[in-house]
Amino acid sequence: MAQVHFSAGLRDLTGGLAQVEVEATTVRRLVAALEEQFPGIGERLSEASSVAINGEIFTDAEYEPVDSDAEVHFLDIFQGG
Amino acid sequence: MARTHITAVVNGDETEFLTEDGTSLLNALRDEVGLTGAKEGCGTGDCGTCSVMIDGKVTTSCLVFAPEAQGATILTVEGLADSGQLHPLQQCFLEGAALQCGICTPGFLIAAKALLDKNPDPTETEIRYALAGNLCRCTGYDKIVRAVQEAAREMRGQ
Amino acid sequence: MAIIEENPGYKWVGTRPIRPDGLEKVTGKAQFGADLMLPGMLFGKVVRSPHAHARIVSIDTAAAEAMVGVKAVITGSDFPDLAANGAHASDIDVANNAIAREKVLYEGHVVAAVAATTREQAEAAAKAVEVTYEILPHVLTVDEAMAEGAPLLHEGMITKGVDPAPEEPSNIASKILHERGDLDQGFGEADVVVEREFTTKPVHQGYIEPHAAVADANTDGRAHIWCSSQGHFQMRAYSATVLGVSPGTLKVTAAEIGGGFGGKTVIYLEPLAVRLSQRAGRPVKLVMDRDEVFRATGPTSGTRIRVKMGVSKDGKITAAEVWMAYEAGAYSGSPVGAAGMTAIACYDIPNFVVEGYDVVCNKPRVAAYRAPGAPMAAFAVESVLDELARDIGMDPIDIRLANAAVEGTQASYGPKFPRIGFVETLEAIKDHPNYTAELGPNQGRGVAAGFWFNAGMMSSATVHINENGTATVVTGSPDIGGSRQSMALMAAEELGISYESIKAVVADTETVGFNDVTGGSRVTLATGAAVVDACRLIVEDLRARAAKTWDVEVDQVEWVDGQAQHVDGSQPPLSLGDLAAKSGRTGGPISANASLNSRGVGAGFSTQLCDVEVDPETGVTRVVRYLTAQDAGRAISPDYVEGQMQGGVVQGIGWALNEEYIHDQDGVMENPSFLDYRIPVASDLPMIDCAIVEVPNPAHPYGVRGVGEVGIVPPMAAVGNAINDAIDVRMTDLPMSPVRILEALTEQRD
Repeated sequence: MAQVHFSAGLRDLTGGLAQVEVEATTVRRLVAALEEQFPGIGERLSEASSVAINGEIFTDAEYEPVDSDAEVHFLDIFQGG
Repeated sequence: MARTHITAVVNGDETEFLTEDGTSLLNALRDEVGLTGAKEGCGTGDCGTCSVMIDGKVTTSCLVFAPEAQGATILTVEGLADSGQLHPLQQCFLEGAALQCGICTPGFLIAAKALLDKNPDPTETEIRYALAGNLCRCTGYDKIVRAVQEAAREMRGQ
Repeated sequence: MAIIEENPGYKWVGTRPIRPDGLEKVTGKAQFGADLMLPGMLFGKVVRSPHAHARIVSIDTAAAEAMVGVKAVITGSDFPDLAANGAHASDIDVANNAIAREKVLYEGHVVAAVAATTREQAEAAAKAVEVTYEILPHVLTVDEAMAEGAPLLHEGMITKGVDPAPEEPSNIASKILHERGDLDQGFGEADVVVEREFTTKPVHQGYIEPHAAVADANTDGRAHIWCSSQGHFQMRAYSATVLGVSPGTLKVTAAEIGGGFGGKTVIYLEPLAVRLSQRAGRPVKLVMDRDEVFRATGPTSGTRIRVKMGVSKDGKITAAEVWMAYEAGAYSGSPVGAAGMTAIACYDIPNFVVEGYDVVCNKPRVAAYRAPGAPMAAFAVESVLDELARDIGMDPIDIRLANAAVEGTQASYGPKFPRIGFVETLEAIKDHPNYTAELGPNQGRGVAAGFWFNAGMMSSATVHINENGTATVVTGSPDIGGSRQSMALMAAEELGISYESIKAVVADTETVGFNDVTGGSRVTLATGAAVVDACRLIVEDLRARAAKTWDVEVDQVEWVDGQAQHVDGSQPPLSLGDLAAKSGRTGGPISANASLNSRGVGAGFSTQLCDVEVDPETGVTRVVRYLTAQDAGRAISPDYVEGQMQGGVVQGIGWALNEEYIHDQDGVMENPSFLDYRIPVASDLPMIDCAIVEVPNPAHPYGVRGVGEVGIVPPMAAVGNAINDAIDVRMTDLPMSPVRILEALTEQRD
């Protein structure tokens, strides 16, 4: 089960939960599973997030694999200069 | 409006061009003579990117009216190399990584040449003050100053 | 140069040869955006709003159109209405910022543009465009924009990230929040707590080359754009959006670029130049003058930041509370998000709240500026940490060592850090002779640290082998700082041929695959990775060709030092030149492509040491000594890594001591020139000493970490902490200009 962490800014959609366990093999499936649990979160996550999987940050993470004990964080998008 | 005919010696060659009276020497060199080495960074004489030498004196060409160049001897960055042989300043800038984006480089080369023409053995402080009229945003000036020091050493034969 | 981990015997990576574009830049041959001349070319001029906030009542272009030499005049009505077409909100903002529609939102906002045969005619025509405005009240700072009853820039703006969502619109576009642990408990555990409020002013990236674009459009709508930009694929995409065309109809060539620092990752002139060229039927050159660059292009945000931190007497940070408001300018999108993620990222803090607000105001839309958002937050946090260290009598490096993030630390923004080099940069400072250099009267010393993620993103590269075994490396990343050299160095290392036999070029949007912008400290890592991948494909191909030539299996062939060698030495080696000369026999021309969305980005840390001398009579601060230690992972090109380190430091020094936007009460900028917007000059500075730390990024083939940005994060606090050490005054408002220092000294005396 992947451990998914939500920054404080997303917790209004998870009813205050900071951490959730999800079964999924890719980020896309993980987001779909989260959308089932917390309706509306899918749009917020795809719009405003980079994703860190086991510490590595991805800007286009949809099809990245998520292994069974992955730690996943949804991060605010940032821009370089 | 009829344009004025100007004759000047530019980088060792007798050069003629036409210009409006109100056009800057910078724009005349770039648009009429085709020498785009001098750049406009500010148009108000504050950044030094347009620096050329007029009759041996380093000048911000954006503040000079083109007709004032009549009969003058002008040196631009394109005239620094001699028959394909780079000036020591140019070589030292390359070897010392004294440029990043390179937009300020022509102006610095002219200003540095003007300094070394007058003072072949400048201190670091003298170099910094002589170059204070040239803005660089990329390098923080460290490698530029070192390149001028190295070129000065070479030109003194050391 | 402090090298932490052994260089595994690279032949080319890590050396200091001359960069490929250097010769043209020192001889004046290099072509920057404003240097291009095309036959029949017209000069363009933009008409801009003189008001900070106004409704456009009418625009009358008749007089301008009738003037001698004028070939085209355009206004907002010459561009598609993206809002009506249901476009994405962010695209609508880009389009409206490019040219105003119903309202102007800042002084300098584009209202119209003209093209004429000479510069003088274009300027006269621009002045002849008659615009009638209905002036509206404006807001200039976060304080004014967030105040109760403030005039609104966007009537429908409801703050995102707040639950429940506000019922009334405001100028607050969004809120960000990061939390961990229990703040009250954390402060309860502290022996000393310091709380301070800081303000910073907008500052401009300050690139010496103003924006420039030349567009040559055909009657069928296709156009060729040459522009000064950090990303020509991005310019193509944005221009296509604003013009309402397919990106494939636009060809964009990246001119050499005279500085960007993030400010040229966005469009200004390009779509205007294309539309003017289409209307006029001739090429159009549009160049900003310096006044326009200041009045109308994105600086970075001004801010208000409050920081409260507590430490135990043995130096452990027990709690941190950060509140930030960042100016976005006319449209949402300040870097407050990144600020929230980087503010305390250097440290392992168990209890914290970081809260931030993205606030619109009637000033130019902010654009990225080197580690966007991070420097302001670091100024605040590193200043407070300095005060805490003094209060408990702890050395500033030691307090940072006591709390430093290391591999496995859970970053304040969420994930655990992989192998990082922050501690190594702290130690590099402490071990350096500058740390114990003697200080004279009125002199002081300050330390500060900073963090930046660096970016990965997408790049493409093609490598061709010429018939004599030399190579061309083609990428699409505009070269701001010497990256063509790094590409050639990595290719030399991979192919085993000399650096001098490789030519690295930047191609246009039609001749190389997609590349994201040059920025985010990503080119050496991401475009480099594409180059490495393409070279590795070529090496595979070369082994196969050698195997064919020797009639052996491929696993019998090794590629060593630019040659195919048989594993048991039974064949004379085949050089790259040999294989290239006879490539027709082994399958045809030798070339390979690689495109990727890069992985394995390594975070960057910088610790800096600043010595200043403050003149108590004039308030002038002089930097007398400066040392920066930065973890580069692996310095592919040490000359240019140092260059990035030094450049970032000096921009930070300008930000700390002098640079600011000054507006009058009508929202008009009063100092839009390099005379009055004072960036550092050579006589302001000492040599900038560099310690390149190399803690290789384990996820990259060469261990590369981005280096371009993190250097600008610590300097303001380093300078502020040094000033405090010199005159015992804590400056909390930037810039720490002579007037402000004198005011603070006077207050201190009274």
